[in-house]
Amino acid sequence: MTGIKQPPARLAEILRTCEELAFDLEFTHAKAWRKAADDRLLVGYLPIYVPREVIHAANGLPVGIMGVGDHKRIIKGDAYYQSYICHLPRGIIEMALDSNLEVFDGFLFPAICDCIRNLSGMFKLAQKGKFTRYFDYPQNFKEHIGGTFFRELIETVESDMFKLNGVKITPERLNHSIGLYNRNRSMIEAIYDIRQEFPWRLSAVDTYYILRAGLVMPVEEHNAILEEVLELIKLDHGEAMDNIRVVVTGSFCEQPPIGMLKSMEMAGCYIVDDDLMLGSRWTQGDVDDTTDDPLGAIVTAFLEKSPSSSAVYDVGNPKGARLVDLVRHRHADGVIFCAASFCDPALLDRPELQKACDAAGIVHINFQFHENTGQFKVIKEQAGTFSDSIKLWV
Amino acid sequence: MAEVKEAVKERSMVIQKEMLAELFTELSTAKEKGRKVVYTFVPGNLTELILALDMLPVYPEINALQSGMRKKSASYIKDAEKMGFSEDVCTYVKCDIGMMLNGNIGPTGEKLPDPDLLLLSYTGCFTFMKWFENLEKLYPGVEIAMLHTPYQEDGRITEDQLAYMVKQLEEEVIPKLEKVAGKKLDRARLAKMLDNSSRAEDLWVKVLQSARTVPSPIDSYFAGVYYMGPLFTAFRGTERALEYYQELHDEIMARKEQGLLPVTPEGEMKEERFRLVVEGPPNWTNFREFWKIFYDMGAVIVASTYTKVGGVYDQGFRHDPDHPIESLARYCMGCYTNLSLPQRVDLLEHYIKEYKADGFLINSIKSCNSFSAGQLLMMREIEKRCGIPVGFIESDLVDPRYFSYANIKNRLESYFQMLAQRKTILAQQTTTEQA
Amino acid sequence: MSKYYLGVDLGSTTSKAIIINEQDEIIGRGITNTRANYAVAADIARDEAVYDARFSVLKKNLEADLKARPEYRKYINDLESVFRYEQFKVRLDRLGDELVKTCREFFQEPEKQEEILGHLRAIRRAFKPKIKHDYLYNDLGSKNQFFRDIVSEKYNEQVSLLPTELFEPLMTVWDKSITPAENEVVKFEFKTLVHEAMELLKDKYANLPDEPQGSTIVDGPAFDQEMYLLKGQFNTVAESLRERIDEVAGLDFQIANMTGTGYGRALLPFPEDCIRSEILCHAFGAHAVFPDTRTVLDIGGQDTKAIQVDQYGLVTSFQMNDRCAAGCGRYLGYIADEMSISLNELGPLALKAEKEVNICSTCTVFAGAELRELTNLGEKREDILGGLHKAIIMRAMSLIARSGGVFNEFTFTGGVARNQAVIKYLGQLVRENYGEGITINIHTDSIFMGALGGAMFARRNVKAELPDQKKSAKVA
Repeated sequence: MTGIKQPPARLAEILRTCEELAFDLEFTHAKAWRKAADDRLLVGYLPIYVPREVIHAANGLPVGIMGVGDHKRIIKGDAYYQSYICHLPRGIIEMALDSNLEVFDGFLFPAICDCIRNLSGMFKLAQKGKFTRYFDYPQNFKEHIGGTFFRELIETVESDMFKLNGVKITPERLNHSIGLYNRNRSMIEAIYDIRQEFPWRLSAVDTYYILRAGLVMPVEEHNAILEEVLELIKLDHGEAMDNIRVVVTGSFCEQPPIGMLKSMEMAGCYIVDDDLMLGSRWTQGDVDDTTDDPLGAIVTAFLEKSPSSSAVYDVGNPKGARLVDLVRHRHADGVIFCAASFCDPALLDRPELQKACDAAGIVHINFQFHENTGQFKVIKEQAGTFSDSIKLWV
Repeated sequence: MAEVKEAVKERSMVIQKEMLAELFTELSTAKEKGRKVVYTFVPGNLTELILALDMLPVYPEINALQSGMRKKSASYIKDAEKMGFSEDVCTYVKCDIGMMLNGNIGPTGEKLPDPDLLLLSYTGCFTFMKWFENLEKLYPGVEIAMLHTPYQEDGRITEDQLAYMVKQLEEEVIPKLEKVAGKKLDRARLAKMLDNSSRAEDLWVKVLQSARTVPSPIDSYFAGVYYMGPLFTAFRGTERALEYYQELHDEIMARKEQGLLPVTPEGEMKEERFRLVVEGPPNWTNFREFWKIFYDMGAVIVASTYTKVGGVYDQGFRHDPDHPIESLARYCMGCYTNLSLPQRVDLLEHYIKEYKADGFLINSIKSCNSFSAGQLLMMREIEKRCGIPVGFIESDLVDPRYFSYANIKNRLESYFQMLAQRKTILAQQTTTEQA
Repeated sequence: MSKYYLGVDLGSTTSKAIIINEQDEIIGRGITNTRANYAVAADIARDEAVYDARFSVLKKNLEADLKARPEYRKYINDLESVFRYEQFKVRLDRLGDELVKTCREFFQEPEKQEEILGHLRAIRRAFKPKIKHDYLYNDLGSKNQFFRDIVSEKYNEQVSLLPTELFEPLMTVWDKSITPAENEVVKFEFKTLVHEAMELLKDKYANLPDEPQGSTIVDGPAFDQEMYLLKGQFNTVAESLRERIDEVAGLDFQIANMTGTGYGRALLPFPEDCIRSEILCHAFGAHAVFPDTRTVLDIGGQDTKAIQVDQYGLVTSFQMNDRCAAGCGRYLGYIADEMSISLNELGPLALKAEKEVNICSTCTVFAGAELRELTNLGEKREDILGGLHKAIIMRAMSLIARSGGVFNEFTFTGGVARNQAVIKYLGQLVRENYGEGITINIHTDSIFMGALGGAMFARRNVKAELPDQKKSAKVA
């Protein structure tokens, strides 16, 4: 052997656990947590963002429902969706009509597009969950207009939960929850920072497993995992390859199949940033956890510290410029636009984002996928060509 | 393909045609005359506010559907796709952007003026927001006003939502409109216009409800989209619109009294064989052929949800001169595509019963997730609740690639034959029972 | 005089005709894959159904005799098969003319022309006896194969024996000739053909081997104990048979009413009120054969339909596939082409699958690419085919769910219903999703269900007349 240091065995073990949890469509771990005490709540949420802190403070576990990917056979889902609608809601409704989402107390549907919006109505018609809420966060970013509306929206969810378990969210409890999620996000960002410099220590796919597993377990457990991972990837291991560095953008809701991410990496692209698990990285920086009005702090953070996203009105803060900043910040060589087929928000953003990249001299390529796409040959070839052409010029 | 012959025009049609011609002439000379131009959407539009400030509205959706009817949409869509827009996304957006790339020539052949203000009334359709983000880039530096209309997810308008809307209108939208118009809003003038709106809305509801009569004197979908025009777009609140609806109302009441059937492009229908409720927008690229399949079969649409995208007036809502801003807020939140799925199912069930429908048909539109996502579950629910045969066809708003005449005709023929069989049986059962 | 009713189903890949009598009994079936216009297809299918009907009547007239001597049934079956050979021969001659014509047009150079003509003649000489043998001794006539399929298989076989440089010119000539030859309406004289068939049969029976030895000659039959017994009887029977044949040959099949259906129905030369949607016809036909049917699945060439029917066979709801032909018969056609095997081999191969490879796209556009990628990944052909067949059924299951689900009994119709692998996965998925108690009906005539329903509508004629609740079509 050469002098390449093998990755620590413990890291492999953690990754195995995370991979298993990330794609456990029975949500075994979360359901077991819920069953341990009567006043616990399981609140499923769809992509992208809900203030998980509030659910946590109400003695609830927010569980991210990110679709079934290529892990479940779809029959009823296709019966309820026309061919020109994206794939994600098919799997979700299939799970809802099967037993996968039993035990869940409630569901939140963030206001990211009309498909998710109407899916909330489908859950209502099919009478799934003890409460179902379309989480219609504001597109007005003034504190006393959009802020007030957002606070009222969260209070409605609080009251939905209170009716079920009687747990009162005190400022202390909420501040504590905010602190835990602040820590969670800062460790995730720290992982991205290390990966930016040493992307070979933790692949994009492995990072994805770790983040996605965080959607189905209590934040305390996830923080412990992140702490360990951070320590492990601070250790020098693996070997740098002659790869380019890319930012992947567009897959904020429906998730690409793992094979697709693997194909990009194998084709010579280190993915140094992405919007795959955007909900877990939503607030840019910390939410204040020291005030008497922690809910107010969450509202302010939403209004002022939300990330660039296809689901947030970008007036005054154009997405194109924010993408260019991210590419520069990560020292990336290019951008891979990678959006789900029939995803209006991501695909309608694409031309403007591409224009911004062109203007900034950033090269890019473009793919579309379904969460259960099975063919990666074209993607591998194109990503390979992209990587080669960048290496030639850079 | 189906041949469509032209028939004599009613007086109300002549009035509407004049109104539109005048508007487009005004628009074409707006810049010379110093009139300000506001681009905005049909659902949740604030036309009275725009007109009360002497500005002129332009509705990109209407331009897109007009482009579709004038067979221009295919090339506009292609131009937008060349710019990087995916084949998968809303074709209204692509058609509109393609039209702008091609000199922004409106339906009358006159150039449309650039906007002085983009008023994003973000109501009942998420894609509206993306549409406006793209428009902002096409008109750099243009003034922008955003009105976020909350969704009636709980099947009702809450006090929180109303307060949010009123605040946005009072503190964001109206000040921005006033700034662009260069004058203060005359509240008395607004109230007068809202009073006109409310009276036109009364007449409109009577027009819609004339279809309760068997046989119906109107087709509430194919003709309905013409009837709804003035109220849903640039004329709500004007004297002219009131005059139009008075005329339309009188014509239709006269038809009803004489027991006449709906007017089609080929003249009056001779027989009403089927009464249908339709969910979903029509296709615009092949609108006449599409309609012809129905009237050739004797199918009359007695109620439709598409004629509620600019307001569900037949369920009681009216603009209110005594509570102007609040009623505008309620108006926005009450548009059909802003209703939750359970509300939509309830409304359809109500229509099917109220209008004595024999069948329920969905035209599922590829471009419009706001309408289409969930429609198949709605269909099942309606079938369960009403026990009538349901039909399902697919097309698009303005992308001719998604309108397959043979396919749609095949399905509709099968559907109508199924309805005919059922009617025969029901009739025989009734005879047997009576005997 | 008996009255007969005709149903014609003009599908996207085949056209079918059914003739029924006043008791709703099927007495004639005809099918063609002609790619000519729909009027020609309807004519060919109808003529075929009439020939078939004559044989049905013949059998009916002979019922008493056949009851007494059931072994004579073999004569009638043989006669039908050889009759088909006579038809085949006429069409083969037409193809021969067409090949010569094309060859003369295409190869201007006399030497080249002669060379190719020489090969064509040799090919024909080589395959004609083989085909004749298959009709005479292997019952090819009852296998419902189309002229094109039979003849192209043999042609390809012969071409493959020749030097490779001949492949292109011979295939070019073939491609340009087969369609016109196939699309021509050839009027057969039933009486003449059937008499010719009797002559052939006479030879056949006369030349049957007398003992087990010496039965290895190419165009001779193997020794068969049963046939040996029949051999001696033929001449005795032949005379009375000829009389009976002349009776049916002279029969005038009075078509009292007809109904056209299928994708091409609007183009049929039928009056408008004789045209019905194939949804209604398929449902009515399936219900006639299986009167307890409540859910019908029909997978045809380019559409799939899920239909719910009531106790009268009337449609209560239906769903059809999207605008593309994903997951329909045509998709299987693409797959077969892509794998360079015949359509009939797909099902049997798929049945050998040990697992089902996950297939994402039943879209005809992507099928090829996905197939190649899976093959590159080392997946076995059988397993890929298993996955493909399963994917087709998954799509159909969604459509069924969209139309309301599966209700007992469930009847599967359409051309694809002949594919055994499709049947296997359909059974699995229907029972997994709707319970073990579901009865699944599949009929050998499933491809004719639309035409049958059409004929039954034609018999009822008057729109207001209700179909009888209990009556089921008996298969003659």
